[in-house]
Amino acid sequence: MKHKKLIFKLLYYLIMIILSIFMILPLFWMITTSLKESGALTAIPIEWIPKKVSFKSYSKLFTIFPFGKAFINSVVVSLAITFINVFSASMAAYVFAKMPFKGREVLFGIFLSTMMIPGSVTLIPNYLILRNLHLLNSYLGIILPSFFNIFGIFILRQHIRTIPDDFIDAAVMDGASQWKIFFNIIIPLSKPSIATLAVITFMGAWNDYLWPLIVLTDKNKMTLPVALSMLNGQYSTEYNLLMAGALISIIPILIVYAFAQKYFEEGLTAGGIKG
Amino acid sequence: MKLIKKAKKNITIFSFLLPSILAFSIFSVFSISFSFFLSFTDWDILTPFSFMGFENYSNILHSEEFWRVLKNTLYYMVLYIPLIIIFSLIVALLLNVKSKATNIFRTIFFIPVLTSWVAAAMLWRWLLSPYYGPVNAIFQFFGIHGPNWLYDSRWAMPAIVLASLWKDVGYFGLIFLSGLQAIDPSYYEAAEIDGASAIQRFLRITFPLLSPSVFFVLIITSINSFQLFPQVMIMTQGGPFGSTEVFMERIYSYAFKYYEMGYASAYSWILFVFIFLFTVLQWIFQKRWVHYET
Repeated sequence: MKHKKLIFKLLYYLIMIILSIFMILPLFWMITTSLKESGALTAIPIEWIPKKVSFKSYSKLFTIFPFGKAFINSVVVSLAITFINVFSASMAAYVFAKMPFKGREVLFGIFLSTMMIPGSVTLIPNYLILRNLHLLNSYLGIILPSFFNIFGIFILRQHIRTIPDDFIDAAVMDGASQWKIFFNIIIPLSKPSIATLAVITFMGAWNDYLWPLIVLTDKNKMTLPVALSMLNGQYSTEYNLLMAGALISIIPILIVYAFAQKYFEEGLTAGGIKG
Repeated sequence: MKLIKKAKKNITIFSFLLPSILAFSIFSVFSISFSFFLSFTDWDILTPFSFMGFENYSNILHSEEFWRVLKNTLYYMVLYIPLIIIFSLIVALLLNVKSKATNIFRTIFFIPVLTSWVAAAMLWRWLLSPYYGPVNAIFQFFGIHGPNWLYDSRWAMPAIVLASLWKDVGYFGLIFLSGLQAIDPSYYEAAEIDGASAIQRFLRITFPLLSPSVFFVLIITSINSFQLFPQVMIMTQGGPFGSTEVFMERIYSYAFKYYEMGYASAYSWILFVFIFLFTVLQWIFQKRWVHYET
């Protein structure tokens, strides 16, 4: 019996290690490629570890393209989308959880029904709206649609419902306004859900491609995925350059993940995310 | 007095909802109606539009391209969906075994989920490079001559499936894992006492109790498959010879390369109908195999 257990354990680790290699090897290749000189890219047999380590691709990345600007754009846009999304969704969620009014459930139902419509349908009109408002190539334009996020409203509503009414009633008795209650009671008591929503919204915004691709066409306004896809087209064989850019774009998300693993996993299993 | 109080309350409610309602009205309600309207026109942004009735729809459905796009999408789904469900289930079952390294393995599977599709697709384009990429180098090591992947119309779609599997297995694995961990362990204890084998336990306990998660994954992967986009844009741009042309790539091209807004809008509504029908069908069929605990 003990023997069997040991074999099982060995087999388990063997399978896990093989699978892990499959998962990790591509990323290892990304890192080593970014450290290669252009000549080493076409070496046969391939160099798993570069014979000569060079950081040229990194410096080139920042000279041929405003890549630093793209990084900053990504930070600004993702943080703004996250903030607005969480703020707007928690305000609406408070109403749907705690302030009854005539037609509330109907409105919530209508909000929910938009989840049925794929993003592909609203893509073209949303572009045309921004175009008419002269908001293409602007931070504001890319951020505006995030004021409505039914997924966020849904998650936060579930949580705010569990806050006892007594807390709110007591505050009302003390003469607190709804805004005061919202900021001093609802938000602090919803922190775990807000963190979950914030983390996955940030990741979604950081990695988003299609919407920024059509809105941001000016080199200086592009976010990282759009900048990378442009480089992918223009320098399609300079993989050391492309991999350096890809790596830089991944690192911030990995850092956020390292600090908020629990919230990431909760948020992602709470429901489907946008592709 | 009472009236004023009520009005004040309504104003508060409305102000809390205002940001959501405004964005919802513009970017959902107006947008959806406008898209529907556009799909019956030939608008190209620059010149005034005229009404075409159902011409866009009939042109799309009568084009050879549309059926190729549909075939490509279904081909992707037939390869990707069963494989992602099998691999994610395996990953979930493995991660459900408690060991000292579980958390490390969990993180390893999860890293591709965190990366953007643009970065991942660029990486896979390079991994699958026929001469200088490591995938074919590994094949070479075992004496196999690897295919030309993205440059071969027979292999381009399987290559995209491969990249998608690598990227998504951690996500769906995590969903199955949370499903597995919700199963009451007393079921397994009872089965063990009755002498059920490991395979019997999986088929009679694990799978039925996990079926709601499987159903969820099936719905999500189908919807996502119909809207396949960044992989194709970065890896193949629809080529070679149209073998990886898919709905979103076509819609993007018609709208933002050729500015055929009407035609592209009609395309997006046809896509919506497919997604809708597919989802409804799956809801109907779920009664036959999805087991909900009461």
